[in-house]
Amino acid sequence: MFGRKTGGRHVVIIGNGIAGVTTARAVRARDKKCRITLISGESLHFFSRPALMYIYMGHLTERNTRPFEEWFWKKTRIERLQAWVKFIDVDAKRVDFAGDTASLTYDQLVIATGSKPNKFGWPGQDLERVQGMCTLQDLANLEAISDDIEHGVIVGGGLIGVELAEMLHSRGKRVTMLAREKNYWDNALPEAEAALVGRVIRKGGIDLRLATELDRIEDDGEGRACAVHTKDGERLPCQFVGLTAGVSPNLSALEGSKIPTGRGVLCDFSLRTQVPDVYAAGDCVEFVTPEGERNVVEQLWYTGEMHGEVLGRVMCGEEAVYDRGIWFNSAKFLDLEWHTYGEVPPAGRETPDHQMLLWQPDDADLAFRLVLKQGRLVGVNSMGIRYRHKVCERWIADGLGAEQVLERLPEGNFDPEFYRRYEPAIVRAFREQLR
Amino acid sequence: MSVTLTGPAVSPHADSAGLRTAFAVATGVSLLPFALALAGHPVGSGWTAFAIAFVPFVVFAMLYIWATYRDTHPGIKNDDITRGHFTGRRTAGVLLGVVLTGLYTVLYFQGEWLQPVFALTDPLSQLLRDRPADQWFLYGFLYTLAVLIMGARMFWRYRHNRYQLFRTASVMFFQLGFAFLLPAFLLAMQQPEFYFTYFWPLKPDYLYPSYWAWLWQQPGGVGAFMLMFGVAASFVLTPILTFYFGKRWYCSWVCGCGGLAETAGDPFRHLSSKKYAAWRFERWSIHSVLVIITALTIWLWVGEGEAVQTGKKWYGYAVGMVLSGIVGVGFYPLLGSRVWCRFFCPMAAILGIGQRFFSRFRITTNGDQCMACGNCSAYCEMGIDVRAYAMQGKNIVRASCVGCGICSAVCPRGVLKLENGKTYADRYDGAQNPLATLLRSLKNP
Ligand SMILES: Cc1cc2nc3c(=O)[nH]c(=O)nc-3n(C[C@H](O)[C@H](O)[C@H](O)COP(=O)(O)OP(=O)(O)OC[C@H]3O[C@@H](n4cnc5c(N)ncnc54)[C@H](O)[C@@H]3O)c2cc1C
Ligand code: SF4
Repeated sequence: MFGRKTGGRHVVIIGNGIAGVTTARAVRARDKKCRITLISGESLHFFSRPALMYIYMGHLTERNTRPFEEWFWKKTRIERLQAWVKFIDVDAKRVDFAGDTASLTYDQLVIATGSKPNKFGWPGQDLERVQGMCTLQDLANLEAISDDIEHGVIVGGGLIGVELAEMLHSRGKRVTMLAREKNYWDNALPEAEAALVGRVIRKGGIDLRLATELDRIEDDGEGRACAVHTKDGERLPCQFVGLTAGVSPNLSALEGSKIPTGRGVLCDFSLRTQVPDVYAAGDCVEFVTPEGERNVVEQLWYTGEMHGEVLGRVMCGEEAVYDRGIWFNSAKFLDLEWHTYGEVPPAGRETPDHQMLLWQPDDADLAFRLVLKQGRLVGVNSMGIRYRHKVCERWIADGLGAEQVLERLPEGNFDPEFYRRYEPAIVRAFREQLR
Repeated sequence: MSVTLTGPAVSPHADSAGLRTAFAVATGVSLLPFALALAGHPVGSGWTAFAIAFVPFVVFAMLYIWATYRDTHPGIKNDDITRGHFTGRRTAGVLLGVVLTGLYTVLYFQGEWLQPVFALTDPLSQLLRDRPADQWFLYGFLYTLAVLIMGARMFWRYRHNRYQLFRTASVMFFQLGFAFLLPAFLLAMQQPEFYFTYFWPLKPDYLYPSYWAWLWQQPGGVGAFMLMFGVAASFVLTPILTFYFGKRWYCSWVCGCGGLAETAGDPFRHLSSKKYAAWRFERWSIHSVLVIITALTIWLWVGEGEAVQTGKKWYGYAVGMVLSGIVGVGFYPLLGSRVWCRFFCPMAAILGIGQRFFSRFRITTNGDQCMACGNCSAYCEMGIDVRAYAMQGKNIVRASCVGCGICSAVCPRGVLKLENGKTYADRYDGAQNPLATLLRSLKNP
């Protein structure tokens, strides 16, 4: 394997998102000598993809979303290249590009190409003014037609959908959101929280249509979308259609290559593909799990970062295995923040083993939930109250019982100083529910 | 045949946008009496002139702010800031910068030009101070008005955030009570005009021997009390409060410069430079001013003669006028609201050393929840790259942090929290041994 002393090897990374960049930094931290090339067709610059919405809304400039200044790349000697990869020859260990960018040879290759929006073969999905919201290019396209949009329809009720709705709404556009689910994003949230988010979205002035599916997108005769038809037979005239029905691994760079793929790039838990010296990280990875289980694809900023850290070690000869650890995630739905830790079964997926404690006041958009399994804490879900990641993680890891958690609850609160504290009310409500 | 269905007929912000424009224009028109006064045609006299000059302006400005926030849901409202005419470093912003720097220059160096305008505030000055207005009274009045109006804006804007509400109420209270009314009242009572919210070295006179001599001679012991308060504030109050609460107890809760930055300066906070180069410059510049004013103060006590008096005069010009006023406020629309506080204020330098090495204050990071969006860094008025720490899950312990709490407010993932810990020693590697860390940081900054 390559150790610190070997030097001289060329590490080529396709994709300069969080996974690719973290991998590059982790390799550099262990190997001062090797050459590292970071490639992306989208942008020369590493930026925060989750921050795209803030550029459009005018909270941030594109530059604000870049975590590192130019000197950082010089100091770490990470070379950057903006070009689209067209073909990977694993026998010759060579990467070819579209256009006239010269091919590169590698000693080790990392695929960190992220994901692309799902399209489900809807008629009209490739018309003009129909797009996802994943890249700088998507953002530029949206910006270019923004002045013409009076009404936008968003198809898909996930996290990106609500962000896109908020973006359009911030520019004074009328927004309709179509979601298949009975409650907003209830394949990830428990029913009460899903209903709460739905209410918040509607209160924010967005026309959320639940249990509504897209049938087709209508062409205005000039190749542009002009209306959306739902399966219930409604016609919604609009000047923009956002497709946000989830994402799947972007495998365009692997076309025609010998790297095995399924939904994503097939990898073991050390992020090795089935081809020697070719690795993968981030959204594009599909972990091959021991028989029986469904393969895992993780499409989060946090997991991309963790993949990169493990992969950097693996590529430098260390034994490292990716372990997701105790689950966590967070998001913001308009003005409502959400934190989740551990195992919180979404609507309809609780088992008889699960004991769910829920506190939800009548007069505020808040919800706090503890999930217990056989009397031990397994999950925390909090909406509108910030909770401490490491504290919740410790409670879950230690398998605290309900009463132990309630005693410690104030320690977990992470709201700013002087905020109203809801813990006394929560503890009272939960003691009642436990009785 | 499919059904046609439309949602709400108007875009959600249409009516507010119209109101905002109307009130913005009205606020602009309300400046007319000042122009007329400057042109030698004041409208009315006495209280009438005062009311005509100030009441419409205040009313329309408040209505403009109301129209801005009236149909918003409580939460962070930063839409369009990077593109705003005044907030996006566009022509209007540059012009505003020119006007502000111009006004400060006139105020400091040609104050008598403002005579027709400060005359408008004469009745108020008579009432509060028992003497005619001058340019400094006008300045204090406008300054306080700016803090109050823009403080009211903060109340609307951050109505979901109690930290912001309390802090804003505090700066408004100290500006109005301690920096405007109390000094005026002292003058009316034939006592020295004294500001209980400014300490050495921000107000260097308070430790100048000549000022002490003058205070000491004041009848009734009030001057002696002020003298002792000034010393205690700098050497007892400041270190103790900074130890427990960090520099924020002063910079974003009490100080008048901070008060203006946190209210009138709020729309410009994102314009501060986040570059590492700016941080390097800041460390040199701010500590240089501290060294200079310390040396000058000592020199005034031990030395005599022309040279030291010239030094004192030039410090007053360069630091007191140019850096704190002309650059400090005039450059709001170009470099953000804390240019003075970040690069030059010697009080901030002392508080910063305290905060970095001898304080329980820190900003904690919520585990691994940061997704590097950059809102915290962008809206840090002190130009701290908060995100760089948050991405690594580290506490933020920086000398310059004034504890305004906006990073925590704008973070869409709830990653940041301002806290006073139970000890100073658990904040970062090396915090257990502040003196050694301080010395090390001097050796290789
Ligand atoms: C709008 C939005 C909001 C999000 N919000 C959150 C959030 O709040 N929290 C969260 O955890 N996650 C969020 N995510 C998901 C998160 O952004 C991704 O999980 C993460 O960015 C994936 O990182 P990555 O490095 O795997 O891939 P990416 O960041 O997608 O980077 C892949 C790069 O590879 C490049 N590339 C692909 N193919 C080629 C090729 N053939 N040649 C050259 N370059 C190529 C792409 O252009 C791209 O720049 C959000 C995503 C979006 C789109
Ligand atoms: S605002 Fe929050 S999520 Fe965004 S970079 Fe800062 S700490 Fe991270």
